[in-house]
Amino acid sequence: MTISIDPQKTNNESLQPKGWLRYFSFSLDHKVIGIQYLVCGFLFYLIGGTLASAIRIELASPMSDFMPRDVYNQVLTLHGTIMIFLWIVPVVNGAFGNYLIPFYVGARDMAFPRLNAVAFWLIPPSGLMLVASYFVEGAAQAGWTAYPPLSITTPQSGQIIWILSVLLLGGSSIFGGINFIATIIKLRRPGLKLMQLPMYCWAMLGTSLLVVLSTPVLAGTLILLSFDIIANTGFFNPVLGGNVVVYQHLFWFYSHPAVYIMVLPAFGLVSEILPVHARKPLFGYTTMVFSIMGIVVLGLVVWAHHMFTSGTPPWMRLFFTIATAFIAVPTGIKFFNWVATLWGGKISINSAMLFSCGFIINFVFGGITGVALAQVPFDIHVHDTYFVVAHFHYIVYGGTVFIIFSSIYHWFPKVIGKMLNEKLGVLHFIITFIGFNLCFAPQHWLGLNGMPRRVAEYDPQFQFVNQISSLGALLMAISTIPFLINVFLSVKNGKDAGDNPWNALTPEWLTSSPPPVENWEGEAPLVEEPYGYGKEISERK
Amino acid sequence: MTTLDSSKEIQKNNSEVNETHEDFRMFGLITFLIADGMTFAGFFAAYLTYKAVNPLPDGAIYELELPIPTLNTILLLVSSATFHKAGKALLKDKNSESQKWLFFTAFLGIIFLMCQLFEYFHLPFGLTDNLFASTFYALTGFHGLHVTLGTLMILIIAWQSRIKGGRLTSQNMFPLEAVELYWHFVDGIWVILFIILYLL
Repeated sequence: MTISIDPQKTNNESLQPKGWLRYFSFSLDHKVIGIQYLVCGFLFYLIGGTLASAIRIELASPMSDFMPRDVYNQVLTLHGTIMIFLWIVPVVNGAFGNYLIPFYVGARDMAFPRLNAVAFWLIPPSGLMLVASYFVEGAAQAGWTAYPPLSITTPQSGQIIWILSVLLLGGSSIFGGINFIATIIKLRRPGLKLMQLPMYCWAMLGTSLLVVLSTPVLAGTLILLSFDIIANTGFFNPVLGGNVVVYQHLFWFYSHPAVYIMVLPAFGLVSEILPVHARKPLFGYTTMVFSIMGIVVLGLVVWAHHMFTSGTPPWMRLFFTIATAFIAVPTGIKFFNWVATLWGGKISINSAMLFSCGFIINFVFGGITGVALAQVPFDIHVHDTYFVVAHFHYIVYGGTVFIIFSSIYHWFPKVIGKMLNEKLGVLHFIITFIGFNLCFAPQHWLGLNGMPRRVAEYDPQFQFVNQISSLGALLMAISTIPFLINVFLSVKNGKDAGDNPWNALTPEWLTSSPPPVENWEGEAPLVEEPYGYGKEISERK
Repeated sequence: MTTLDSSKEIQKNNSEVNETHEDFRMFGLITFLIADGMTFAGFFAAYLTYKAVNPLPDGAIYELELPIPTLNTILLLVSSATFHKAGKALLKDKNSESQKWLFFTAFLGIIFLMCQLFEYFHLPFGLTDNLFASTFYALTGFHGLHVTLGTLMILIIAWQSRIKGGRLTSQNMFPLEAVELYWHFVDGIWVILFIILYLL
């Protein structure tokens, strides 16, 4: 069955507000929704970053003198939850996905525009609810993992608000995932084959599959947890005959794929950015596609490597160690593909490229410590220490957040129509890169020496290294200033970008900047070779 | 080919020609049902794990009577068939016959829920008595929520099919097809639930 669209009936554009007001409306335009996701996510990033600074100030001295211990627990719980559910997941999926995917598949909007707007508007209320829970008898204290029995025994109101908020955000994520799958599979322009899509589409397809398959399990788990808290049932309460390990299994069945939900889109984005600024085709397109799908399949069967100290039986440890080590193969393929894309290219050193290279360097660190953590003997040694904290910050900050900034530098000219200032951009990169490595590299050492995570106080012998780490965090906080100045100055009076400042070949650059409401004045262009750099124009398809 | 009031579907503004695209609402619904099914899969996995590794305390009551749930299984299976009849009648433009079958399906759904409630009130254990009781109520309750929503949706489309050429016609079968798919899904979940909760 096909649906025909009668333009006479569909002209509801006049009902939508114009100008900046449309960013506060229930807009159905995928580009407006993308910007809403990005700005909303960045505001929560600032809140989460402030909380991170508070954690590092507290940890600059061995005693808990900056804030009481229970406040420290609330701050670290809010920091983790905000950064994951309100900054990285919405921005790297929702913001860039909504903005770019319709361009890449040659569509005028997402498959389900209303569902798309609903998915976004679930985020601000649940985020505000989460932050506000701090002021109502205190926020949740059990960390972003909310492991019982800790989450059952800590004050209830904060934990319940946390659960409600994460349920809403999970719903938003599932709606987004359904929309992306339908858009990429069903809404492709006629004549555009799957294997001609830009790599970000493949990354988003894989990510959305993970979202649709794993997020509902988290929702079910949190519903059971809320029963334990409110109705005094005993699903996860050992005193009442329950089983805490079942919670961990169900939780990590979502939350390990969540790592790939946070990092696969970044893989896609970096695959878009590198070829443009190195003027070379993306190396190994087909292997890239298969490694993304390999990561999706493997990512669903490795969750118990988070639970090697939870009394997991030996056969389970063996299986999950091997499965986890296997993930290094597709990830390694992607890494070498990026390096090979850069190899021999005409590389322009600009802010987008610098952040992408920073991503590659940091991600190798995070990947190597990840393989190390998959080994049971090593994992038991460093479980719940700062080594783990360093590892996953190398993945989510050094990996994904670097790519978010890289993407902002890359696509800002398209979205706003003006260039960002390169000098401020390079300054932003240098401070971020030094600050990030100064903050998290020493934490590997702290973890190997046994400093536990999530505790406000520590052994005084670790003070010096912790102060180095806090200095790095200070630099990271400062690094936001040149970025914000850059954005405000460039929006106001930046250099005019033109339609295609990078001479890129992917479809979003083939329209005006900023793009018109329906993406293209005429028919959507058919881009069969999104990475056809280095060829004569006549050879390009 | 169906003409819809497409402001519902896609925001379309400047083109002078009609553009057509495939109807992918069913595709979206199937994706959603896969997600919904994963929630149940999580619950089932938790229940089976508890059954395997968490022995109940001595004297815990967990024997269930079979007559009511068996009746419920039959009710839901029959309701799937009557729903199918409604679709076939609508396809032949027999709106009033279709509406009758829809009301009968909704009636079966309501009877199912009444039987479920009757069972709840007569069980010898409550929500917090033991782990088995909690899991039992969580699973059947979550499924019952789905049946409630499904029944409401059936009543809505039955109301929509009251006039020929209204919102639900043989040219626009989507609302009926969507609710039917959802109803079959809820049915299938019940069969799995019946097997692992009552029979195993």
